[in-house]
Amino acid sequence: MSVTLIRLAALAGVALVATTAQARDLTIVSWGGAYQDAQREIFFEPFTAETGIAITEDSWNGGIGALRARAEGPAAWDIVQVETDELVLGCEEGIIVPLDWDVLGRDNFLPAAVHECGVGNIVWATVLAYDADRFPDGGPESWADFFDTEAFPGTRALRAGPRQALEFALMGDGVPVDEVYDVLRSPEGVDRAFAKLDSVKDSLIFWEAGAQPPQLLASGEVVMTTAYNGRVTAANQSEGRNFQIAWGAGYVYQLDSWVILANSDKQDEAMQFIEFWADPDRQALLPPYIPYGPTHVDAAALVDPEVLPDIPSAPQNLPTGLFFDDAFWVDNVEALNERFTAWAGQ
Amino acid sequence: MAPVEVIGEVTGESAGRPADPAALRRALRRSERRRQLWAFGLTLPLLGFLVAVFVVPIAGMLKLSVANSELATAMPAATEALRAWDGTGDDGGVPPEAVVAAFATDLEKARAARALAPVAQRLNNAFAGDRTLLQGTARNLPEAPDGSWTATLEALDPAWGEPRIWQSLKRAAAPWTDLYLLQALDLQRDATDAIAPVSADRAIYRNVLLRTFWISFLVTLFCFVIGYPLAYKLSTLPPRLANPLMILVLLPFWTSLLVRSAAWIVVLQREGPINESLLWLGVIAEPVQLVFNRAGVLIAMTHIMLPFMILPLVSVMRSIPKSHMQAAIGLGASPLEAFFKVFLPQTRPGIGAGCLLVFIISIGYYITPALIGGAADQMISYFVAFFTLETVNWGMAGALGSLLLVATLLLYLVYARLVGLDRLRLG
Repeated sequence: MSVTLIRLAALAGVALVATTAQARDLTIVSWGGAYQDAQREIFFEPFTAETGIAITEDSWNGGIGALRARAEGPAAWDIVQVETDELVLGCEEGIIVPLDWDVLGRDNFLPAAVHECGVGNIVWATVLAYDADRFPDGGPESWADFFDTEAFPGTRALRAGPRQALEFALMGDGVPVDEVYDVLRSPEGVDRAFAKLDSVKDSLIFWEAGAQPPQLLASGEVVMTTAYNGRVTAANQSEGRNFQIAWGAGYVYQLDSWVILANSDKQDEAMQFIEFWADPDRQALLPPYIPYGPTHVDAAALVDPEVLPDIPSAPQNLPTGLFFDDAFWVDNVEALNERFTAWAGQ
Repeated sequence: MAPVEVIGEVTGESAGRPADPAALRRALRRSERRRQLWAFGLTLPLLGFLVAVFVVPIAGMLKLSVANSELATAMPAATEALRAWDGTGDDGGVPPEAVVAAFATDLEKARAARALAPVAQRLNNAFAGDRTLLQGTARNLPEAPDGSWTATLEALDPAWGEPRIWQSLKRAAAPWTDLYLLQALDLQRDATDAIAPVSADRAIYRNVLLRTFWISFLVTLFCFVIGYPLAYKLSTLPPRLANPLMILVLLPFWTSLLVRSAAWIVVLQREGPINESLLWLGVIAEPVQLVFNRAGVLIAMTHIMLPFMILPLVSVMRSIPKSHMQAAIGLGASPLEAFFKVFLPQTRPGIGAGCLLVFIISIGYYITPALIGGAADQMISYFVAFFTLETVNWGMAGALGSLLLVATLLLYLVYARLVGLDRLRLG
């Protein structure tokens, strides 16, 4: 029996050595789920077919800690989809590398998508959403309507915490979209935003997870809410809802970005993939699967006109879009979260 | 297997030389020692496990709440200069040029090594906006000073001409910091280094701690009020009936906490079954808000915690002979009197255990208040999660955790003093 065991162990050892010695594929890491399925079909598989470079996929849930862990030690991940705070911190810490913008071309992308160490790959947004079936005479059209409990009585929901809530409060108080962060950077602006929130405090509830807002609308718990645009469209498609997004009221958009880890030994292949992905025709294929906007300036015009109104980077939506200011929030989120908690507990 | 061998050895020895009692005692002692060692050895994996998952993380958490190594790691020369600086300066609090120069040189080195991010965050933890100040200055720093480093920095950002940032830096250069522990108590160091309260719109953590204990106390109370009669009934029923009912009590244990919390949202919402039936019955004219507020948190947490109250109570109640109550009534007590004088005192160990379990588990609750509560119902774990998951501020997360630990230990001591730990029975 022990001889068999030893043989087995030896075999396992050989197998282990073989797998570590085997050449590592280009590894791309994204958010998983239906989104990554779409990415596979549009970007990953065609890339392998065209270049012969095999791709291994992985998925993660974000977090600078997880990124740091992968950036230390031997190369495991090459290209990672990150949110902006991970992009900003990762670049400062040097765990992701600067991109070759001469190749990609700065002018080819939305200004917000261009960062020293990353290129924005999708645009997603926090929007004002409501159930059109419950508003036969027309729903809210502005953030002022959100804060008007006389014209639109009923409970409304915001994401828990100060982020986006303060931006929308200022928009509701009449601050033009492009001046929101200027106002918010002054203490008076913060006071003004909290005063506006306070005016509807009795009618406000707060959501924690992105899956909640469509649920809150569907169950009639709230008459209107902030929500991630992708979740709203998904509820309409899969559950036959009639949820509307008030794009014209103003919305806050954010980007995810492709970054290349500094410890990757496949820098050239990684860059090759990003160039392949950057093609506007290819980017325009994603929104029919999932309503996230492309970042190449030419891609929006190529998107199926059926789905174009649902995406945050559509030309007709962009004028009321506010690009989420990560630098402001990385600096101030702790202080403002304390203030938000103090306000909520009053 | 080993203890058997030891015994065999001893008997063999004594069989060979039956007349030497001292040797026999020695052998016995030796074997006894080996047996004890062996028994102790058996507990080693458990001990190791406890140290690894309990002692080490708690020690780590306590250390994190006072750790202050960011500046010393990334900018060692500047740290030394700042430590040596006495905190006063020619310009009302800006350090002398030598210290500023050491800082500026190290700043450039740290930027080039891309080691600045932890320092920037450490400064930002103490004062919102200092992250951008430091990163922005590092990005634009010239290779050589334009005149003096003091003037160069001030030209880049006027904030460098103020004493505040230098006081912050000096505190960041110290080996340990009380920043996080003070902040967890709504306190801070003011310009003169004295401890002062933070402004009212940032003072939240004392309230959150009180709220955590208050919610846990109410949940414990409700669990007791509901659980005691239920446990009594369960303990008096014959096993044929008691066992299926017991399974009903245990059933929630087998469902995920997340699912149970989500289910409560469905039940309690505006158009949920409770509001619909109350409307139908005419008890209310408008749906009542039962979820996303304190009421929802209390209802859901009481439901989730109920088994922890019922199980120790049932176990204690079952051990009380029925004859005690009968004897009391036979001796002339009214049923109520018999209950309060004979039955209730005997269930005290179960009450103590149930209440302690429910209370201590409740104060660590996170997911249920986060999903079912409003912004004013979040407990301390919510903020620990915020600092670890969202802003990666381990200092604050550690300080809040330590605060919770200390407060819980204090309560436990009070409890031990009032009730006595020997009276505790966990099942």
